[in-house]
Amino acid sequence: MSTHTLSVLVEDRPGVLARVAGLFSRRGFNIHSLAVGPTEVAGVSRMTITVDAATQSLEQVTKQLNKLIHVLKIVELSDAASVERELAMIKVSATGGHRSEIIEIADVFRAKIVDVDADSLTIEVTGAPEKLAAIERLLAPYGIRELVRSGMIAVGRGAKSITEGRWTRLERTA
Amino acid sequence: MEITGAQAVIAALEHQGVEVMFGHPGGAILPAYDPILDSPIRHVLARHEQGAGHMAEGYAQATGRVGVAIATSGPGGTNLVTALADAHMDSVPIVAITGQVPTGAVGGDAFQEADLTGITMPITKHNEMIRDPDRIAAAVAEAFHIAATGRPGPVLLDVPKDVLNATTTFAPPERLHLPGYKPTVRGHSKMVREAAQEILGARRPVIYAGGGIVKSGAHEELLRLAELADLPVVTTLMARGAFPDSHPLCLGMPGMHGHWTAITAMQRSDLLITLGARFDDRVTGNLAQFAPGARVIHVDIDPAEIGKNREPDVPIVGDCRVVIEQIFGHLQAALADRDKPDLRPWWAQLDAWREEHPLRVDQQPDGPLKPQTAIRAIGERLAGTGIVVSGVGQHQMWASQHIRYERPRSWINSGGLGTMGFCVPAAIGAKVGCPDQTVVAIDGDGSFQMTLQELATARTENIPVIFCVINNGTLGMVRQWQELFYNQRFSQVDLTYDCPDLVKLADAYGCVGLRCERGEDVASTLDKAFAVGEAPVLVDFRVARDEKVFPMVPAGGSNDDIIESAQQWYAKAAAGAEGEAGEPGGAALPSDMREGDAV
Repeated sequence: MSTHTLSVLVEDRPGVLARVAGLFSRRGFNIHSLAVGPTEVAGVSRMTITVDAATQSLEQVTKQLNKLIHVLKIVELSDAASVERELAMIKVSATGGHRSEIIEIADVFRAKIVDVDADSLTIEVTGAPEKLAAIERLLAPYGIRELVRSGMIAVGRGAKSITEGRWTRLERTA
Repeated sequence: MEITGAQAVIAALEHQGVEVMFGHPGGAILPAYDPILDSPIRHVLARHEQGAGHMAEGYAQATGRVGVAIATSGPGGTNLVTALADAHMDSVPIVAITGQVPTGAVGGDAFQEADLTGITMPITKHNEMIRDPDRIAAAVAEAFHIAATGRPGPVLLDVPKDVLNATTTFAPPERLHLPGYKPTVRGHSKMVREAAQEILGARRPVIYAGGGIVKSGAHEELLRLAELADLPVVTTLMARGAFPDSHPLCLGMPGMHGHWTAITAMQRSDLLITLGARFDDRVTGNLAQFAPGARVIHVDIDPAEIGKNREPDVPIVGDCRVVIEQIFGHLQAALADRDKPDLRPWWAQLDAWREEHPLRVDQQPDGPLKPQTAIRAIGERLAGTGIVVSGVGQHQMWASQHIRYERPRSWINSGGLGTMGFCVPAAIGAKVGCPDQTVVAIDGDGSFQMTLQELATARTENIPVIFCVINNGTLGMVRQWQELFYNQRFSQVDLTYDCPDLVKLADAYGCVGLRCERGEDVASTLDKAFAVGEAPVLVDFRVARDEKVFPMVPAGGSNDDIIESAQQWYAKAAAGAEGEAGEPGGAALPSDMREGDAV
């Protein structure tokens, strides 16, 4: 078992998220994180899905995903050949003397303070999942009141684009 | 021209060349039932939506065309679920149209609301709720294209009532916009070449032909390929008739209740030429011990089937008919310069096995009527003509084993899902699609009682099917498992022979009712049944209750451990019990045989 990152291009249609998510759960896979949003192509959305799976069973689920009519393309992105980012917002208890320490930690991680209150600071941090885990670990002693993560997004390195390809031109006579 | 959404739905079906649909009206679908009155499309009124779904399946399987079922929202749609799941498992092209509550009420728990696209997502090839009346033409065209092409399957279109009532126009779409859907038809040429090389190098090859042969219409190509190199052929439950049983190269059916030689040939094979089959557990038995010495060529139009259960040596994604032709071309070219591989030793072995391990039926002349006797007689009467449709259970296995199928689409059954109740409506659908053919439904008394109300459909719509109930008064297959695997503790399997009285039931439904209780009466009963012609006939074959289906490979067991008779089973069990003397209760069976007990 290892963690895999899949980029899935889908037609932006009602229910497409349920189709994709349902297929994973039906075949016994647990989705770690899932992020969806529009792409540079109108009507095409991109899902970034991270999932724990043995390589062989991942191949089976990928083939099954490909059978969904609204799925256009699936690319597995390796750590080495892609840039992976996730955004987190962390609401930390910040009373009295701890406030400056917390701000220092945020600075080290190039994180931003996006909300300030008498008893708390909310920090926005972006990075690879390991970086987010690290700042979370450092902030934990101060008391994390709320944590929200966007789910990871990833893009392949280099000039090549996964939205290039045959599917954009495919139309058939009725 | 401005028309209603409902009229557009019917116009779109007409445009697809639909000649018949099977359905049941209700509230939300009411608008679509009005234009049916003005349409040339025949509507067959089923008595239950599940029946309508199986009728569409039977029609599709008999004709190769897309079957159409129509039902209302909520329970109408949920009643279709079993038929959709069945069509999904057996790759049957059907389009189901369901009504839905008005768009504004969707999600509000309205009367007769059910989330039909959500419910059917895992059991359809595709589905869609049509929210815009202007999309009806395109949605219907896409549904038919998706259902019929690639690996066929069911597509559901859910249409809210306000969309049916809205004003729109109908123009058939000039192009289908399906950017994410393009089935691969032609096999990769390098892989095809490799497949031909494998066949030339094999000493013990077997063609493992599955339902894909029937779906792709590849039976003639299969015959040519097999004859070119004298290749033995086994036909799975979904492929019976895809290769003629009377052909000397045919070894029969593999699998749990298959022909001994077909099963054993695969086990000992050095090359499985897998064409449109999917290494189903009912074929392979214990997968790890299945055909251990065989290299595998796997041809399938569904890439997800390749390597799902058995890793192939030569994977080929493509349409069976096209790929077989490609392989044939390579093989023929190669054989111009060299001799055929010498398969004589293999054939000597296969012929010896066929001689030693025929199917056995011990019908005593004055003993109780054996189910196999009745089924064999039906097969002999049909003599390779007509269509046999079966339900699910012992009778299904006997009907597959004991009748010779010579043509594709002459055998229709529920293979993957194993849907009891499939037979009666599917036979009606088959007869509607092929009115000039004799359609014989071979059902069990348990299976029959799940959908028997469709006798009314057969009678009122004048669909003369010959329904033969192999009545053993019990849920025979369950009983067989309880006898063999649960120490003859029979739990909830007794149906009784005469409740309902099938002859009286036939009479009540206006069908011709006949009863046969003795072997010597089978021929005369079938004479009468086949002579009726115009009306549906229901024959009550009262058969021995304890008869079991053999050969049998226990679920999860190795295909090397085929049991051919009850005597052999009990001898084996006794030997096993001796080996485990001292065990409390002296259980005769290893516990792993109880795994995967689904009958």
